[in-house]
Amino acid sequence: MCLAIPARVEEFTTPGNAIVNIGGVRKEVSMALVDDAVVGDYVIVHVGYALQRIDEEEAELTLAAFAEMGELDNLHTELPGEAP
Amino acid sequence: MKYVDEFRDGNLAKTIAANIRREAAADKRYSFMEFCGGHTHAISRYGITDLLPANVRMIHGPGCPVCVLPIGRIDQAIKLAQERGVILCTYADTLRVPASGNLSLMRAKARGADVRMIYSPQDALKIARDHPACEVVFFAIGFETTTPPTALIIKQAGNEGINNFSVLCNHVVTPAAITHILQSPEVRQYGTVPLDGFIGPAHVSIVIGSLPYEHFAREYRKPVVIAGFEPLDVMQAILMLIRQVNGGRAEVENEYTRAVTREGNIKAQAQVSDVLELRRSFEWRGLGEVPYSALKLRPAYAQFDAEARYGIGYTQVADNKACECGAVLRGVKKPQDCKVFGTLCTPETPLGSCMVSSEGACAAHYSYGRLRETV
Repeated sequence: MCLAIPARVEEFTTPGNAIVNIGGVRKEVSMALVDDAVVGDYVIVHVGYALQRIDEEEAELTLAAFAEMGELDNLHTELPGEAP
Repeated sequence: MKYVDEFRDGNLAKTIAANIRREAAADKRYSFMEFCGGHTHAISRYGITDLLPANVRMIHGPGCPVCVLPIGRIDQAIKLAQERGVILCTYADTLRVPASGNLSLMRAKARGADVRMIYSPQDALKIARDHPACEVVFFAIGFETTTPPTALIIKQAGNEGINNFSVLCNHVVTPAAITHILQSPEVRQYGTVPLDGFIGPAHVSIVIGSLPYEHFAREYRKPVVIAGFEPLDVMQAILMLIRQVNGGRAEVENEYTRAVTREGNIKAQAQVSDVLELRRSFEWRGLGEVPYSALKLRPAYAQFDAEARYGIGYTQVADNKACECGAVLRGVKKPQDCKVFGTLCTPETPLGSCMVSSEGACAAHYSYGRLRETV
């Protein structure tokens, strides 16, 4: 129910709406809840509304954290604190 | 698909699984609750349980809005569709939840009620616009992820003067349910549900942020790690929880930083608070009455409140006696502990709500895990 999917913003249409690309499917969604997205950004879409812009840098950091081996644990727990 | 495929990478999964095995102390038992049904689904679908050592156990939580909706609430919707002749719009999962009198919204539809499945609340408003002579009710359910769109649509109906539209509001809130679990006798008194930490919801937290969970870490000394819904997110969150337990820490950590901030989506929160307010109490299936755990329309929007508009009260209805959904939702029982699991109760013919939605604990176990144990 609370599942939402990443979609790429392709073009802004009527005020507050945008066409997004969800894995190849183009769909118009409301951007009323997200202020800072621009074309090319990825947003999380749920029931026809973009809920949040995906932060690309944070995504890279998370992927890098997955790859860290246990030996780096001490360092690892210091680094990825909470988001500001 | 970007932001999906790379978070399902098998080799990275092996690395995280190895870290979990290495860091989980052999002489300790770890029990973590994934609150959200999205995580329950991911854990079952990707076989994450199989990648965990035997002393790390995941307990399914009540974070599936379809599962926690009590029969009496579905009855209200069916009543509106059957007796008041409204066009009743709702999300797909809600249609199949068993209600009183061997009915569901789907069966009511088969008997002639005008029940329509929608993808977005915008669809419900469009139906109201297209059928000005009909009354249209949006049967709204869901946690905080789904609430802001409902709030926006109510405002939009007001702005456009769409007077044949109203909302049967059953939105529930996450922190109240977590508090309820932490204060339940199974957790506090009997210890029958050992809880060493929580995986916090992904998309709920996009809206509410990580801030509301800080209370649980501080007051109840329970670690919380907010995680995305992809399998690697869930595994990394389990590893982070193990590290907190090992280090004697109880903090809120955020694995899902690509979408969740501490404050959450403030614009979405403001929309919700403009239109909706907390109910004093709300009945949850499995949990019973939970104080301040659900939302209703503010008096300023009363004309769009289906409960007020049609004067329908709430009547409590007991669950099917054979159904263990209540215990499953509290983490006291596993789906396979229920006598009717997989026999009388299947996803095709659900007896209890946990078998309806794909993120319900029973449906997830039926689809992905039920044959595993017999092998």
